[in-house]
Amino acid sequence: MNANPLIDSVAASVGLTDITKRFGDTSAVTALSLQLAAGSFTALLGPSGCGKSTTLAMLAGLLSPDEGDITLDGTSMLRIAVEKRPVSLVFQKPLLFPHLDVAQNVGFGLRMRGFAARDITVKVQSMLERVQLGGLGARRVGELSGGQEQRVALARALILAPRLLLLDEPFSQLDAELRAEMRALVRTLHNETQTTTLFVTHDQIEAVEVADQIVLMLDGRLAGKGSPELFYQSPPTLQAARFFGVTNEICGSVCSGIFSTPFGFARPTAAADGDAVLVVRPEALRLSDCAAPDSLPGKIVAARFAGTYLALEMTTVAGLLVAHVAADTPAQIGGSVHVRVPVDASTVFRTDSA
Amino acid sequence: MTTVDAERQSRGLRRLSLRQPLLALIIAALLLPLVPLLAWAVSERWRYPALFPQKLSTRGLRIITDPRSQVLPGLLTSVVIGISVAVAATLIGLPAGRAIGVYRFRGRRLVQFLLLSPVIVPGLAVTLGIQVFFIRYGLAGTTLGVVLVQLLPTVPYAATVLGAAFANLDLDYERQARALGAGPMRTLLFVTIPLLRPALILTGLFCFLISWSEYILTLLVGTGQVQTLPLLLFAAIGSSDTTAAAALGVLVVLPPLILVALSGRLLRGQSGATIGLGRL
Repeated sequence: MNANPLIDSVAASVGLTDITKRFGDTSAVTALSLQLAAGSFTALLGPSGCGKSTTLAMLAGLLSPDEGDITLDGTSMLRIAVEKRPVSLVFQKPLLFPHLDVAQNVGFGLRMRGFAARDITVKVQSMLERVQLGGLGARRVGELSGGQEQRVALARALILAPRLLLLDEPFSQLDAELRAEMRALVRTLHNETQTTTLFVTHDQIEAVEVADQIVLMLDGRLAGKGSPELFYQSPPTLQAARFFGVTNEICGSVCSGIFSTPFGFARPTAAADGDAVLVVRPEALRLSDCAAPDSLPGKIVAARFAGTYLALEMTTVAGLLVAHVAADTPAQIGGSVHVRVPVDASTVFRTDSA
Repeated sequence: MTTVDAERQSRGLRRLSLRQPLLALIIAALLLPLVPLLAWAVSERWRYPALFPQKLSTRGLRIITDPRSQVLPGLLTSVVIGISVAVAATLIGLPAGRAIGVYRFRGRRLVQFLLLSPVIVPGLAVTLGIQVFFIRYGLAGTTLGVVLVQLLPTVPYAATVLGAAFANLDLDYERQARALGAGPMRTLLFVTIPLLRPALILTGLFCFLISWSEYILTLLVGTGQVQTLPLLLFAAIGSSDTTAAAALGVLVVLPPLILVALSGRLLRGQSGATIGLGRL
């Protein structure tokens, strides 16, 4: 049980089994299977149109899957109507009811669930304080700022003590500074309540910053799952690596545990035999003036100052490579350079089986 | 003050100076015809070439309040029928408007046209056909029958106005309400209807006004047994008693004017779904 007396629900573990959802001929979500541990904070990441909002709508019960099952603590949710699910959903838009004031908006769910007016007042008061809006209960919703609106929407969802909290790009309409502040607030609230949370976003930086676990969705399919660190250090799939900003891909093939290229570059790998690609993040590449075993000779063709780093484009035998190096690195366009790929910063993926 | 401000202000003044006489003209055109009506209602004798009534009297008022004239029961009948029609047409128009405004289905245009057809086809023609059924089911000559027949011209209006309101309504409000634990009925009551409040008030008002001035349908289905104000007014006009006709005329005209003025106040400062017929 949770030690926090404010919380009267227990976070649920969530299971999605082979979920498929079609709209007409197009498949929005295809055979998606996913487990979320109770109390976990997961970011569902993907570009717009990848099916992440559809997945969220199915979890909330606003859509029903064509195939597959959705479970909360092992119990199927499919036959349970939206309003009966112990799930709260915050949309991209605040969707505050304009005919109600702030406190009435926050208390809406409790009112719908038949709580006594006195209990609602008390709970709303404490909830508003937790989202730093204490004292704004009597405000009309039209008088709130964008950040305040989303705080009210968040309070309105959390006051129901949901066993699963769904956030559908809740801060994408706010400016960068406010977005960071709201992310911190969501983290704080999660630490207090330990509610299982699924946070949908298309922004990988936001996903990395807010969540303990990232689920990447591309074209309606699961394209990788793991900790934020994993997505940077050893991305689970080639698409995941690309989505997280890997620009360097070296083509080759794997034969009995060795990734090799026609130009002599080789790496040991656990990947199976066949055509393959080695990926490496731009910030992992090491440059030096002199040749070393296994380094790739190249020529700098472009240098772009990017504030905290310098982006160098180099033509090498392995094609165009991009390296992010310290901003004060001396770089001469046209100068020759030797690029080294550290063993532990590269990942090899089979390409013919994808 | 900058030149831009000055220019904007002078342009605003010019628009204002054009707008006010225009507004005055419209109001005059609408209200001036009521002046002789009022004058007739309080005059005993007013013959050519006198500019003003020659003799004033309270006969008009006495006619209205006289139990034998049936005017006060007629007023009550009109109000009861008007409110019933307004409520019923709005309730029927709500789901119909939702279908027109929200769903994109094959033949939506056709449905819209069919909904409006009772307005386009003369009511007399429709009613003559339908009257047979009213007689068969014992609805002829009853207040209920009159209410039912008056739904013919009002439901299309209700569905069209509410269709426009639904087209402008963000249905995510309803999804949000459902996700917060409100069932379909509670979502309708606590979210959709409050959001559509201005459109619903307007719809009810329109339907009440249509019902209030309905003559031919009331006469045909009410068979003269359901006496609403327009029926009494026509009777008074037919009897060439100008004072009585004018007094009744005033009684017919005033409530709608008051209602429209009140609704203007009710609708002011309303947020939520706006009413725009443009999107349909």
